[in-house]
Amino acid sequence: MARYLFRRMLSLALSLLAASLVIFLVIEVVPGDPASYMLGLNASPETVDALRDQLGLNAAAPARYLSWIWGMAQGDFGLSYTYKVPVSGLVAQRLEVSLPLALYALGLSALVAFPAGLLAAARRGRLADTAVMGATQLGISLPNFWFAMLLVLVFALHWRIFPAGGFPGWDGGIGAGLAALTLPAIALALPQAAILARVLRSALIETEGQDYIRTARAKGLTRTQTMIRHALRNAMIPVLTILGMQFSFLLAGAIIIENVFYLPGLGRLIFQAITQRDLIVVESVVMILVFAVILVTFLVDLAYALIDPRLRRRA
Amino acid sequence: MRLSLHLGLALTLAALLAAGVSLLWTPYDPAALSIAEKLRPPSAAHWLGTDHFGRDIAAMLMAGARTSIAVALVAVGIGMGFGVPLGLLAAARHGGTVDEVVMRGNDLIFAFPSLVIAILITAVFGPSALNAILAIGIFNIPVFARVARGGALSIWTLDFIRAAEVAGKGAARISAEHILPNIANLLIVQGTIQFSLGILAEAGLSYVGLGAQPPTPSWGRMLAEAQTMVTLAPHVAIFPGLAIVLTVFGLNLLGDGLRDRLDPRLRARP
Repeated sequence: MARYLFRRMLSLALSLLAASLVIFLVIEVVPGDPASYMLGLNASPETVDALRDQLGLNAAAPARYLSWIWGMAQGDFGLSYTYKVPVSGLVAQRLEVSLPLALYALGLSALVAFPAGLLAAARRGRLADTAVMGATQLGISLPNFWFAMLLVLVFALHWRIFPAGGFPGWDGGIGAGLAALTLPAIALALPQAAILARVLRSALIETEGQDYIRTARAKGLTRTQTMIRHALRNAMIPVLTILGMQFSFLLAGAIIIENVFYLPGLGRLIFQAITQRDLIVVESVVMILVFAVILVTFLVDLAYALIDPRLRRRA
Repeated sequence: MRLSLHLGLALTLAALLAAGVSLLWTPYDPAALSIAEKLRPPSAAHWLGTDHFGRDIAAMLMAGARTSIAVALVAVGIGMGFGVPLGLLAAARHGGTVDEVVMRGNDLIFAFPSLVIAILITAVFGPSALNAILAIGIFNIPVFARVARGGALSIWTLDFIRAAEVAGKGAARISAEHILPNIANLLIVQGTIQFSLGILAEAGLSYVGLGAQPPTPSWGRMLAEAQTMVTLAPHVAIFPGLAIVLTVFGLNLLGDGLRDRLDPRLRARP
């Protein structure tokens, strides 16, 4: 297990390094000088140069790259060019919206997908299965931002159950915050739930011909008992993979949904940063999103080993 | 599931037809403004009503189909054009350095959420349909590389490949002449799936202003413009969304149906 862990951590570190290099190089070629953008059109070349110096933009690219990743390793993401505050603070503030939203949506997605997937697999080929498969096929085809607009139309404007947009912050109580995130979370969750339910169904069906399932049935368990006690655990590997991918998708994919609901999350931050040429914010937010994806992949890998002891020994 | 294949084919053809016909004819000029006629509900004159500038929604949807389909199709082309050769190469050099490099490169692209790639590309080059194609296409490369590699690896173990090797054919020739035709089914099915994902991605990018720019018609931008109008005239938001859902739904059904038809072994796919 220790060796498995070490190898995984090494590849985690290498992926992060490679990703940071790619991001840095892409941002390097972005046209437009942040310093002249900050100072406006009337600034003299000397002031622009002085500001470039102050922002560290005059240093050579390799030196800037090193100081960027060295800073990040210590939790220092630099100062935002436009807001003049630490990027880490800005990001933390936005994560208060994006992270709960992603987790809320992931929870909702699992809540819908597990019963649906189990039902479809247990009633394979029957009406319930066909209904679940048809509904999920439609769910996969749904653009989540359009679905969000329909939700707003029905639940916010017509019935006035949930707010149509905006975020009151967590200071006003958890209830108000959750209410503001409910429609966005549903819009994000349903298309993901459709994918998850289909993966779960096929993973469960895949176990059907296995010997241990026959043994479990032979010792007298019912189909449902077999499915929940034996098949589900074995179906968890593909399901976990998808769950992991979905969490990163929800964190980054919320960028579009945040636009529908005017939520002050990471997505809005990155959009503003791009229009204002606040490249250090763009760089850092992208890096954080990629970090989240790589970290989740790493955690899913570890979870495999916990679920399936065979993987531990093989590594 | 013959039904799903036929329904999928019908919906896909309908979208292609709408795009094709829009080159020659649309009920109105999709760009013609007519403020007097704004936000009309569906009627005999305007089948799907008009938007806030009085433009005919049916005409805009037909013209928008062109953008969506072109972007998604070219993105699939990019993914296949780069991904399949990479996947074949990795499989031919299975376990070697080349394989390792290709697969780690794939992982690296996968670590960037596709939307983030699109945002980065837009930050560099500015928003346009072309950059949307690039963003979606780049993300398609590792998908096709994986599918091609996985399929090719299982073919490489077969006896007729040994025979071709004994006959003196090199890895490149074997990949092109024997492996590729045998994984074509897999690639077609994956192509349909990526096509439908591409349409969704294009709509999302255009919706947030990172895709096709005016005056290029686009389903995603129609939805963005409809957003503030949704209480006054819900049809402005409903029809473009339906167009996206039906096209994507059709492609998904087509992909499923094709897989069942082409390869019964894969029938239990999610």
